[in-house]
Amino acid sequence: MGKLIGWIDDRFPLSKMWNEHLAEYYAPKNFNFWYFFGSLALLVLVIQIVSGIFLTMHYKPDGASAFASVEYIMRDVPYGWLIRYIHSTGATAFFIVVYLHMFRGLMYGSYKQPRELIWLFGMFIYLALMAEAFMGYLLPWGQMSYWGAQVIISLFSAIPVIGDDLTLWIRGDFVISDATLNRFFALHVIALPFVIVFLVIAHILALHEVGSNNPDGVEIKKNKDPVTHIPLDGIPFHPYYSVKDIVGVVAFLFFFSVVLFYFPEGGGYFLEHANFIASDPLKTPEHIAPVWYFTPFYAILRAVPDKLMGVGAMGAAIVLLFFLPWIDRCKVKSIRYRSGIYKANLVTFVVSFVVLGWLAMQPVNATITLMSQVFSFLYFAFFVVLYVTSKNEQTKPVPDRVTS
Amino acid sequence: MSTDTVDKDKRRFLVASTSVVGAVGAGFVAVPFVASWMPSERAKNAGAPVEADISRLEEGRMMTVEWQSKPVWIVRRSEKTVADLESNNANLRDPASDNVDQQPEYAKNQHRSIKPEILVLVGICTHLGCSPTFRPDIAPADLGENWLGGFFCPCHSSRFDMAGRVFQGVPAPTNLSVPPHYYVSDNVILVGKDGGNA
Repeated sequence: MGKLIGWIDDRFPLSKMWNEHLAEYYAPKNFNFWYFFGSLALLVLVIQIVSGIFLTMHYKPDGASAFASVEYIMRDVPYGWLIRYIHSTGATAFFIVVYLHMFRGLMYGSYKQPRELIWLFGMFIYLALMAEAFMGYLLPWGQMSYWGAQVIISLFSAIPVIGDDLTLWIRGDFVISDATLNRFFALHVIALPFVIVFLVIAHILALHEVGSNNPDGVEIKKNKDPVTHIPLDGIPFHPYYSVKDIVGVVAFLFFFSVVLFYFPEGGGYFLEHANFIASDPLKTPEHIAPVWYFTPFYAILRAVPDKLMGVGAMGAAIVLLFFLPWIDRCKVKSIRYRSGIYKANLVTFVVSFVVLGWLAMQPVNATITLMSQVFSFLYFAFFVVLYVTSKNEQTKPVPDRVTS
Repeated sequence: MSTDTVDKDKRRFLVASTSVVGAVGAGFVAVPFVASWMPSERAKNAGAPVEADISRLEEGRMMTVEWQSKPVWIVRRSEKTVADLESNNANLRDPASDNVDQQPEYAKNQHRSIKPEILVLVGICTHLGCSPTFRPDIAPADLGENWLGGFFCPCHSSRFDMAGRVFQGVPAPTNLSVPPHYYVSDNVILVGKDGGNA
């Protein structure tokens, strides 16, 4: 065995990579519950790629047979229902895990100097993931697939001057059609997965270059053992965190299986009911709402009674997140040592995000619209308040070393 | 000729010019790939005009035909409905149909149609492309007591009157579009083509 590894090491940096990223990658010893979600996101990515590969073996990206081929997978392909539900449940799981992962970043200031690039790579992963999920949702070619795509692609028509030609170019036809379905399939199974995998590698390489943040937000590299130069508060990722993450994997798979086997449609939130009707270009479903993970942004869109402004506000809600490392000017990273204002602000932000998500699922009426406007305002207020208050924030003293 | 000094300017020039030529070449290579996303010849030819027979369309009712895979609505309006249109004018974005992209010349009038009672519209909301719901009922509870009938988009609550004209304060920016059409005979409309007799 050792000889074989030696043979490989002379030709490929196997042991070097193993050590750099696992056995001798020193992570802070005080990781808590919130640090499960990075490795879980990686797990879900693998689940999605594997289940997706098997779905493409039976699915037909053709306007005339797409809907039927999904039903064929569900009814006739051996274990086809299981593979399809793994993939659809995986999409929801992906966003749950990613949202919790991002919230961890917000709480502990993981986006701050020197980790701005990690945050940016992460935001691009999030963006690519939204595109991937959106395009995947068109493929079953049901009513929600069709009209959801119609609405989302029409968002681009709000862009002045080039908008209409741009939507025509995206669709490849005057309406959503076979041409649209076919190209979304190509993007969903080849182009975007490549982009996501590339970005994930960049995200991890950047993380391992600067080192992980932790719940105290102190840099463990500042206190190294004078002899070994290993951070005093660091422990090797493998075996310590690889084993810890297995616990997270087991817990995750428990919840994943409960949904997969007992609530695969998630009561209409993971797979919407209207999507079990084949697409009909003449009739929009009475109540149209995106899948839950897009709803907060959709609520912001609905809150603004103007096409360009609505689309602009929706875009800004996502784009602002990219700039978080520069909007937040406070030097202290972790919420543990930050002011009450910051804590209140973050709570408001999370509450607004969740309430907006709920609002977008409700049929529109005057009350819902008013509430959407109020909570959209609070969503954006987070960034403004953060920018204004973070410069001279009243923070608590940050310890030199991590606390246990 | 000196062999032991490097002409940095020349080197920089060569690097820059090679990069520029390479970038231009990459741009040209991208053209066919980007262009391949435009509608194919087949898609362009698919929008053939369709005939609609309105002889059995009753007053106050709507029928739908499919043209270019889009719903096209044909509504037979009552005289009162047509007369009421004017009372909406003050609350509309474009009451006089001044936006020329949204209807052919022959539909630029108060009732936005060739024959006053027959309304022909593309049933796609100008906001984000949902198909609005036909709501001919007067003053229903959900739309308010000033509602004189029209179209309501369930996606983002845009409102249009019985001539497909958009109200103010809703997300849709323009009136619903009137497709090119003409009367082949009294009761047959050809949707998708301007006719000489219009």
